[in-house]
Amino acid sequence: MTVDAPRANLPPLSLHVPEPRFRPGDEADFSDLVVPPAGAARRPDTAEPADRFHELAYGLVRVLDDAGNAVGPWDPRLDAEAKRKMLRSMALTRAFDERMFRAQRQGKTSFYMKSTGEEAVSVAAALAMAGDDMCFPSYRQQGILITRGYPLVEMMNQIYSNRGDPLQGRQLPIMYSSKETGFFSISGNLATQYPQAVGWAMASAARGDTRIAATWCGEGSTAEGDFHSALTFATVYRAPVIFNVVNNQWAISSFSGFAGAEATTFAARAIGYGIAGLRVDGNDALAVYAATQWAAERARTNQGPTLIEHFTYRAEGHSTSDDPSAYRSAGEPNAWPLGDPIRRLKDHLIGLGEWDEERHAAMDLELAETVKRAQKEAEKNGILGHGMHQPFETMFEGVFEEMPWHLKEQSDQMIAERKAAGI
Amino acid sequence: MSAAPRMNMIQAINSAMDVMMERDDQVVVMGEDVGYFGGVFRATAGLQAKYGKTRAFDTPITEIGIIGVAIGMGAYGLRPVPEIQFADYIYPALDQLVSEAARLRYRSNGDFTAPITVRSPYGGGIFGGQTHSQSPEGIFTHVSGIKTVIPSTPYDAKGLLIAAIEDNDPVLFLEPKRIYNGPFDGHYDRPAKNWTAHPASEVPTGYYRVELGKAATVREGEAVTILCYGTMVHVVAATIEELGVDAEIIDLRTLVPLDIEAIEASVKKTGRCMIVHEATRTSGFGAELSALVQERCFYHLEAPIARVTGFDTPYPHSLEWAYFPGPVRIREALNKLLKD
Repeated sequence: MTVDAPRANLPPLSLHVPEPRFRPGDEADFSDLVVPPAGAARRPDTAEPADRFHELAYGLVRVLDDAGNAVGPWDPRLDAEAKRKMLRSMALTRAFDERMFRAQRQGKTSFYMKSTGEEAVSVAAALAMAGDDMCFPSYRQQGILITRGYPLVEMMNQIYSNRGDPLQGRQLPIMYSSKETGFFSISGNLATQYPQAVGWAMASAARGDTRIAATWCGEGSTAEGDFHSALTFATVYRAPVIFNVVNNQWAISSFSGFAGAEATTFAARAIGYGIAGLRVDGNDALAVYAATQWAAERARTNQGPTLIEHFTYRAEGHSTSDDPSAYRSAGEPNAWPLGDPIRRLKDHLIGLGEWDEERHAAMDLELAETVKRAQKEAEKNGILGHGMHQPFETMFEGVFEEMPWHLKEQSDQMIAERKAAGI
Repeated sequence: MSAAPRMNMIQAINSAMDVMMERDDQVVVMGEDVGYFGGVFRATAGLQAKYGKTRAFDTPITEIGIIGVAIGMGAYGLRPVPEIQFADYIYPALDQLVSEAARLRYRSNGDFTAPITVRSPYGGGIFGGQTHSQSPEGIFTHVSGIKTVIPSTPYDAKGLLIAAIEDNDPVLFLEPKRIYNGPFDGHYDRPAKNWTAHPASEVPTGYYRVELGKAATVREGEAVTILCYGTMVHVVAATIEELGVDAEIIDLRTLVPLDIEAIEASVKKTGRCMIVHEATRTSGFGAELSALVQERCFYHLEAPIARVTGFDTPYPHSLEWAYFPGPVRIREALNKLLKD
């Protein structure tokens, strides 16, 4: 399309449409990605005003170095037992994902989303928070439930929409809800949980409670209005909330550039709002733990919110409905310079003499068995099937606390129609 | 016992929140300008001074945030009453209302609920132009999981608002701002009346409820049933008085859940039905009412159902009174309906 320019002596404008660096068939090469050395980032006091450490929103908080040593002021100095627990929760999350992905491929459910490569983001954060702090997750934080000990069988019941499903087959698989576990009902609409987390945190503060809230969204969802509304509310009322942006580089097929990553970091979004911003190596479980612990202490002492960007990589497809080979280089996951969170923590523990390959292999085997057992148990309650597990009239329950006449009428109508049709 | 004091609709709404904040310390009010200033229509006046800044507070200008935050507060255990300053501004919050508040109970199987009451002034007749005059109720009645309430008098406004705040489901409470200060007969060129002479401006100072889902028969009659709500209740009442038509006027008060029994009984009695609302016609709530009446009362109907509504245009500023379904349009439609 050409247009007659009214001022032909001026250079024509051009529209910039972002383009990821590698497409299918390209060799992925991240060698020019600047990865600051572990241990280099300063750790401010949790009471320090947010405008004193803007550099942390552009750098990268890292604890584990390339040799697997924990270094620098952000090292949370966890004992070996705590680190093994962290490793185990991440490995269990991955084993669960593998099994449920396969279950979807076997036709036992409609949908699944893995968190492969991003396990540290949810597991280490869950460990750094108090067990009764409230989480408003996105759809890829199953690691929180697993870390907090929510039964795998219940998760699977939900995934299968079977008769044991605590949500009675009403929600898309993996959209868990567990108030008891401090895990808010997952929406599926993006970033809606952000202002909700702020509201919960504001309520907690207004009531003189001690609990804080945390929420997660992907880098792509930071473009939603909810994200910006949430940050505005949080800074205005200094809400005790932790905002986690899981920058896994890809929002389905849209690379992070479509959320603004070519121009700045996601942690830097915090600066405009006057809240603390940290950019963290999301594949470094100890860094995620340390950043979350820091933000939690800040929130709990009425210093207000923190935005943590977890710089990570979505190693697999967006969901079972996605095929990343159609839009990105197949080599990207392996070329990703920040490695794999499980392998990195494992190497660290081995380096400390607190772990070894044999124990790791045995743990993997044991976790696979644990997941398999849970799956068998869950499948006793059935797998996804239309009308198999929930009586048809349950569709009308729970829209309101009490069923109004129009829903009762529609329910009766459906039953009568099915009866008349002989089904 | 002395008579209850006279209140206009703003005072009655204010009193409802006051009563509920006194009774239940989980009730909080919030919104743009609602705190120190007490709201652009003064509906929350005095609440911050009485209950403190953590229970009645100003918010940033972001409707997504106001509703999202209210949902989160509800999940914590509070009972928030957010105000959207004008119903015309509610659209940014649509996703939080439609996909979140309205579905939270269902999607979590009761694990979480959204016991929020969203108050918002709606409707025209105040020369508000297209962004301060709309009646968006039909957008919300179309959504499963949210209740829609529209009062037409100070007494009902207070009792319905108390019932809405106590309700454990999300309620959209639309306030007809044209009649905040007095009933309106539809004659914009006559002097404005205040509420003092209206019997429903006697409002008890304490707690009482007007149950959701119950219509009120404003006037009994035999010739025709007129279904209406909000400002239009008064316009309709004044118009049929002027015409001397023996109409039965049903003030719906709650659109969802609807009092279908009252509607059905009345239309079966009169054999004629007219629906009057200010909102745009196509897919408006009148369309739903019309379908329901047709489904239930078809063999009792002696004439086609008539609708008098706003036109399918934006609310025009200078031509406001041509748009508004006032006495002229109601009269013409009524004459036709009664002739058929």
